[in-house]
Amino acid sequence: MSAITLIEAVNKAMAYEMENDQTVVALGEDVGANGGVFRATDGLQKKFGPDRVIDTPLAESMIAGVSIGMAAQGIKPVAEIQFMGFIFPAFDQIVCHMARMRHRTRGRITLPMVIRAPYGGGIHAPEHHSESTEALFAHIPGLKVVIPSNPSRAYGLMLAAIRDPDPVIFLEPKRVYRIVKHEVEDNGEEYPIGCCFVDREGTDITLISWGAMLHETHQAAEKLAAEGISAEVIDVATVSPLDIDTILESVEKTGRAMIVQEAPKAGSLGSEIAAEIAEKAVMSLLAPIGRVSGYDTVMPYYRLEKQYMPTVDRVLEEARKIMEYK
Amino acid sequence: MTTVAKFDIKYTQYIDQDGKPTSKKLPKLAKDIDTLKTLYRSMLRIRTLDTKAYALQRTGKMGTYPAALGQEAIGVGFGSALNKEDVLVPYYRGQAAMVEHGVTMEEVLLYWGGDERGSDYQHAKEDFPIAVPIATQCLHAAGVAKAMQLKGEKRCVATEIGEGGTSEGDFYEAINVAGIWKLPVVFFINNNQWAISVPSEIQTACETYAQKAIAAGIEAVQVDGNDIVAVREAAEKAYEKARKGGGATLIECISLRLCDHTTADDASRYRPEGELDEGWKAEPILRLRKYLESMGEWDDEQEEALKAELAKEVQEAVDNYLNTAPDKPEAMFDYLYSELPARTMEQRQYAIDKANNKGAK
Ligand SMILES: Cc1ncc(C[n+]2csc(CCOP(=O)(O)OP(=O)(O)O)c2C)c(N)n1
Repeated sequence: MSAITLIEAVNKAMAYEMENDQTVVALGEDVGANGGVFRATDGLQKKFGPDRVIDTPLAESMIAGVSIGMAAQGIKPVAEIQFMGFIFPAFDQIVCHMARMRHRTRGRITLPMVIRAPYGGGIHAPEHHSESTEALFAHIPGLKVVIPSNPSRAYGLMLAAIRDPDPVIFLEPKRVYRIVKHEVEDNGEEYPIGCCFVDREGTDITLISWGAMLHETHQAAEKLAAEGISAEVIDVATVSPLDIDTILESVEKTGRAMIVQEAPKAGSLGSEIAAEIAEKAVMSLLAPIGRVSGYDTVMPYYRLEKQYMPTVDRVLEEARKIMEYK
Repeated sequence: MTTVAKFDIKYTQYIDQDGKPTSKKLPKLAKDIDTLKTLYRSMLRIRTLDTKAYALQRTGKMGTYPAALGQEAIGVGFGSALNKEDVLVPYYRGQAAMVEHGVTMEEVLLYWGGDERGSDYQHAKEDFPIAVPIATQCLHAAGVAKAMQLKGEKRCVATEIGEGGTSEGDFYEAINVAGIWKLPVVFFINNNQWAISVPSEIQTACETYAQKAIAAGIEAVQVDGNDIVAVREAAEKAYEKARKGGGATLIECISLRLCDHTTADDASRYRPEGELDEGWKAEPILRLRKYLESMGEWDDEQEEALKAELAKEVQEAVDNYLNTAPDKPEAMFDYLYSELPARTMEQRQYAIDKANNKGAK
């Protein structure tokens, strides 16, 4: 066992599965010799050869479309889109084909494939390198959208994503690629897709988050504890399909719910989670549901990035407001 | 069987890497010492800017920056050949052409320094901002050209793309429509041999990138992108043709990226040994210098004077950039719509309040 970062966990899970399943291939821009611009596929081409770790031409629609073709033939592609902001040329393939091939062919053709992409802000990157557009994909029936928040989950969820019989969009919160290390045993054990994880138990308020924002959420929970407020923290992990039962169970216990997300607010996952809580647990609520999110603006360039990103203080302020509600 | 179509691709170079003319028939530009000196200055200025920006990034005063070391002749060559009223639709490594067409170095620095105001060009009023999503700009260029055609204007559009970018659908769609509609647009391919770590063998099975034009029915040109005379000459011809209604041209400029892809890259992971040593012998600035020297038009003294002058000019831009305070938080909101939706107005106020009492916490 060794302490690894989130990005190393992605790498290890891919290597594990490629070792054990000859049908798994990795492909994308710069994934080979360069090991990916973030090094997610570092060393994989050396280990598995250029036939299984494929440097592609620069064309995302091609990457997604070709992966669909391969997956239909029993190959399991793990395709990298270099940054989530560059997934849009592939949107057509993802939405019009990847998401609905099983349905369209009544199960005759299925697509066991993964599209990975680093996403989210906070790393001082240029335009289109910082957005959180997970809701665009979560909205599409037929897609699974998974977002690991830490190294252990990245390892286990990546394995599950590759083994899943259906297409999975795997979004990696790049801000936390290297900020924490976990002891992770490289034993091929997966984490279940479609499950929320209760990261921290509490009784007064449920804080719901995913991806990088979970780190601010945990810090806030710690500070709230010092103020005598017991926060339960849920890592959504699979943002689609949503494990709403785990969330409802928690909210029914605490009576208060707050969602923390980096994405803009309108039409977001936070909106969906809040609506579900309102529909199914409104009678358990002691206060209105709270949301801390990015603004409904274009993600600013990095000089204003800090102004955009939800902070621990913003989370705390909102949580206190909910606690004080009478 | 009959042959129904044939094509060939011509390569042009006027000045070789030793600064020697490659033919007796040189274009006028090759004798136009004043213009050559201006171009020399422009190339050296962009290199000075790129070098400075790189250094700023290393000291935390600049974001990710894509230098264009070794490719200065391309952007300076085609950018300087544009008329003021023409429109430039650049890509992210396009600072050379941008500055030639009136974008200020300060604006370039602001943009890569993480400030949207860097795209609010004070002089190049109609030029497009930098497009980061690869190849998307090619279609905008075609659209601007279509508008000029509809309005019956005798202007043209120039756009630039990396050789890797020509693998994207948007590139093919743009050259295709430019062919069908005979648009006044010129596509420049900066073939710097690398798309981050991906070399041409992995990018295309074609012998040249220029020949992609053939399938679009537009003229295909290939030039030595390190020979500014060849680049500028090809650009002038293509612009003239475009302005006269003769349609689009694709010009592949062959060069080499002498730096990392960006400040976030480490090319030593994939670049073959020796490539840089060879590359620095063929680069465009040294070449033009040798050419000018061979005619007795340049010497060390002039070189030193120019370097000092450019260092000052670039430093001024850097100072202006560094002295520009970050935009106010409401700038996130104020340019989204002609009128901000009432709902978002609340968030705007919240963002302002947050920024204001930041210190109190
Ligand atoms: C649609 C899209 N996909 C991926 C990227 C990430 N990316 C930025 S530059 C680059 C390589 C570009 O190579 P090339 O087109 O040859 O131009 P160069 O950067 O070498 O000038 C890649 C893959 C992007 N910006 N846009």
